[in-house]
Amino acid sequence: MTASPPLVEFHRVSKSFGDVRAVDTVSFSIFRGEFFSLLGPSGCGKTTTLRLLAGFEAPDPDGGEVRIDGAVVNARRPYERPIGMVFQSYALFPHLSVERNVAFGLEQHKVPRTEIPGRVERALELVRLAPGTFARRRPHQLSGGQRQRVALARALVLEPAILLLDEPLGALDLKLRKEMQLELKALNRELAMTFVYVTHDQEEALTMSDRIAVMSEARVAQLGTPAEIYENPRTEFVAGFIGEVNLFEGRAAGQGGGGAGGTWTVVPTSGPAFQVPHHAAFEEGVPVRIAVRPEWLDLHRPGEVPAGENALPGAISEVVYLGETMHVVVTLTSGAVVRVALRNEGQLLKPLPWRRGDAALVAWRPEDCQVLEAD
Amino acid sequence: MTRRLPRALVLLVGAIFVCLHLPVAVLVLYSFNASRYAAGWSGVTLEWYRRLLDRPDILRALRLSLEVASLSTVLATLLGTLMALGLARGRFRGSTVTEGGLYLPIVTPEIIVGVAMLILFAALRVPLGMGTIVVAHVAFNIPFVAVVVLARLRGMDRSLEEAALVLGADEATAFRRVTLPLLAPAVLAGALLAFTLSLDDFVITFFVSGPGSTTLPVLVYSMVRRGIEPTINAVSAVLVFVTTLTIVAAERLAARRA
Amino acid sequence: MPGARRRLLSWFARRPAAGAWALLGPGLAWLTLFFAVPLAVLFGYSLMHRGTYGGVAPGFTLEHYRRFLDPLYLVVAGRTLWIALATTALCLLLGYPVAYAIARAGRWRNALLLLVVLPFWTSFLVRTYAMIVLLRDSGVINAVLLGLGLTSAPLDLLYTPGAVLAGLVYGYLPFMVLPIYASLERLDLALLDAAEALGARAPARFWRVTLPLSLPGVAAGSLLVFIPALGAFLTPDLLGGAKTMMLGNLVQNQFGAARNWPFGAAISFALMGVVFVALLVWLRMRDAGEAA
Repeated sequence: MTASPPLVEFHRVSKSFGDVRAVDTVSFSIFRGEFFSLLGPSGCGKTTTLRLLAGFEAPDPDGGEVRIDGAVVNARRPYERPIGMVFQSYALFPHLSVERNVAFGLEQHKVPRTEIPGRVERALELVRLAPGTFARRRPHQLSGGQRQRVALARALVLEPAILLLDEPLGALDLKLRKEMQLELKALNRELAMTFVYVTHDQEEALTMSDRIAVMSEARVAQLGTPAEIYENPRTEFVAGFIGEVNLFEGRAAGQGGGGAGGTWTVVPTSGPAFQVPHHAAFEEGVPVRIAVRPEWLDLHRPGEVPAGENALPGAISEVVYLGETMHVVVTLTSGAVVRVALRNEGQLLKPLPWRRGDAALVAWRPEDCQVLEAD
Repeated sequence: MTRRLPRALVLLVGAIFVCLHLPVAVLVLYSFNASRYAAGWSGVTLEWYRRLLDRPDILRALRLSLEVASLSTVLATLLGTLMALGLARGRFRGSTVTEGGLYLPIVTPEIIVGVAMLILFAALRVPLGMGTIVVAHVAFNIPFVAVVVLARLRGMDRSLEEAALVLGADEATAFRRVTLPLLAPAVLAGALLAFTLSLDDFVITFFVSGPGSTTLPVLVYSMVRRGIEPTINAVSAVLVFVTTLTIVAAERLAARRA
Repeated sequence: MPGARRRLLSWFARRPAAGAWALLGPGLAWLTLFFAVPLAVLFGYSLMHRGTYGGVAPGFTLEHYRRFLDPLYLVVAGRTLWIALATTALCLLLGYPVAYAIARAGRWRNALLLLVVLPFWTSFLVRTYAMIVLLRDSGVINAVLLGLGLTSAPLDLLYTPGAVLAGLVYGYLPFMVLPIYASLERLDLALLDAAEALGARAPARFWRVTLPLSLPGVAAGSLLVFIPALGAFLTPDLLGGAKTMMLGNLVQNQFGAARNWPFGAAISFALMGVVFVALLVWLRMRDAGEAA
């Protein structure tokens, strides 16, 4: 996928509305056939970025370049770009039937009359809507999920190079949403079409994407594969936005031995010190923050610390049943609250040996952490 | 959730409704009264309606009213719809002021508007006639049409037009194939409203019409001032009938969801 | 050809302001020329001398405004003000229950609304004339009263302040009903349920929840009645006679028989002054309501 040149390039793109910077010198590339997601909380700029790609907004006069297939498209209108789009509200034309909706784009592109019905039918089948049943219906006669599929069919029938999706699954219930996530991923693979997807749901982004651009306050906080984003978050914001995370901090106080590159001892303001793998930026006295995912932590009885692992003492304050996992909330002696994720092997047959109030040690291997940069 | 309303309230409201329609109902009723003097009832007759056909002044006034209403409706609907489109898309400085200004003609007492137009035409030495009436009617109708169409535009999903753009339609085509069909009922409702307002207007028309250009309301006024006669009942009933038809039609159109 | 069209559209699409002004232009021009300009000219006239053969003569003067302060005319102004206020109050008293009933009417809502709106669209002249038919000495009301033996001689119903008041309330009631209905319709019924759960019975629910939340509608309706009532001309003309002259009649007089245009203009702007004050009061109330 990375061998060919990128299909889409954002080069230091900025967009302001009045005094507000909605997108601030954002740069990234999207490759052909990729499922690329823009992820972030509301107001982070992801929708504006999508609209800049679509052509509904234009970058500021000195606000960088948007390139599609190597050509600068800043000045091009949406109908002059090789894109299709599925809107959050579906935007189906209420005065047209399903088949007229899907045929709309074909008519605009002057596709020969004889070809249209066939293409419409194939598009509807592609999104699993039986043409016989649904073609003549009007949007208001369809359920939310059906409308969503029609919106998809309408965009796909034109076989665009890039499909833009603006939080299309937000209005669906959980089960339908998960089904559609897999369907969209399958379509992306089968059609080998580039998908650019906007969402605020981190789980959705992790499920479907080849790469994710996490955005915050008009900038890209981190760009990478789901594994990179989840396991190696670069900043506290990214670490906290995707999944749950425990934060530990202190000051670097001496490089120790053992292991490739060695480890540093980090001394927090209260509580015992812990070991952190060597990082280029470390110096004596420098503040250090690390993120540790709940599943990288383990619980032990006091006194039973495995060799080479960090261990912080505390007491169980809550045991939370989550189905596949159990979350044990521990209040450390230093006052900090951490969450430990343990596999649920069936509480009825093999319950966890932890109760509220029990003293415990929260432990993790020094390398099972992510050193965070300043936000 | 239906909470039953207190009896007293229902009776009061019922009485008010009756009073609201009584005068006109009585008027229409008496247009069929054979008795010349409104008091007694002496049988049903269409005499007064027949007499309308013998009155060239009434027929001329009716014709002028319809012509003025038609012409001013077409112009006001066109200009008002364009204004609504401009305001709805507005992300520009002065849009709030302009929109506020749109309400000014609606809020200003008619007598002041009428008088002001009279002196404008006098200052410009424009003779008062059908032209001045149409001009005045267009002016007070534009805000009504604009407000009706604007309300509908604001309620429309913006992404419908954007969807059309992504599907390959340029702005003009998107307007023609998506916005306009959805806007049509509101535009038509606005037009019918304007037609009614124009047909029924008295105060402003009174000041800007000349001796040769008397509309129906102005004629009725002078007839009433001269002395009550049953033909006035018949003329009024005709006006009421036309207005009611138009309003019911407008109501149907406004209620229809595309 | 399509290329040129595309370029033109692109040009406009990239400048939303230019596109908006292009659309607004014609209508705005018409309104400026035939509404704003006449009003400006009217204002100018109010400050000029009266012409010998009607119209105006050049020269700045405040005599017309000063003349308006004569008790003779202030009486008319005062009467206009109290009639307008009384009309507004009566419309509120009668209109609120109607709006309330329609808002609660469920299925009948649209039909009832149409019934309220219909007289509103019927010619004001016709409706005022219908009042004459009812109120005259030989009119329907007197005929019924005499016929039933409740009176021995026809009552003087017409050409009284009461007749003008009745005519104005009859004419403007729909203006009060519609905004109040709009406010009430938007009321979240869950609020009333919450109030009931907190111990409020029906009267308390009305006074403490429904009424305060419908105040924007009440304010709007009051404004929509008060302003036209101030400028009323036809109703006092046909129903009031010489004794119940309002400012509207005074203005019409100056532009008719009296041929004193500048004075008529001055009265008009004095009237506009009151209208502006009413508008400001309404805007203040609305903004205070939103901030609360």
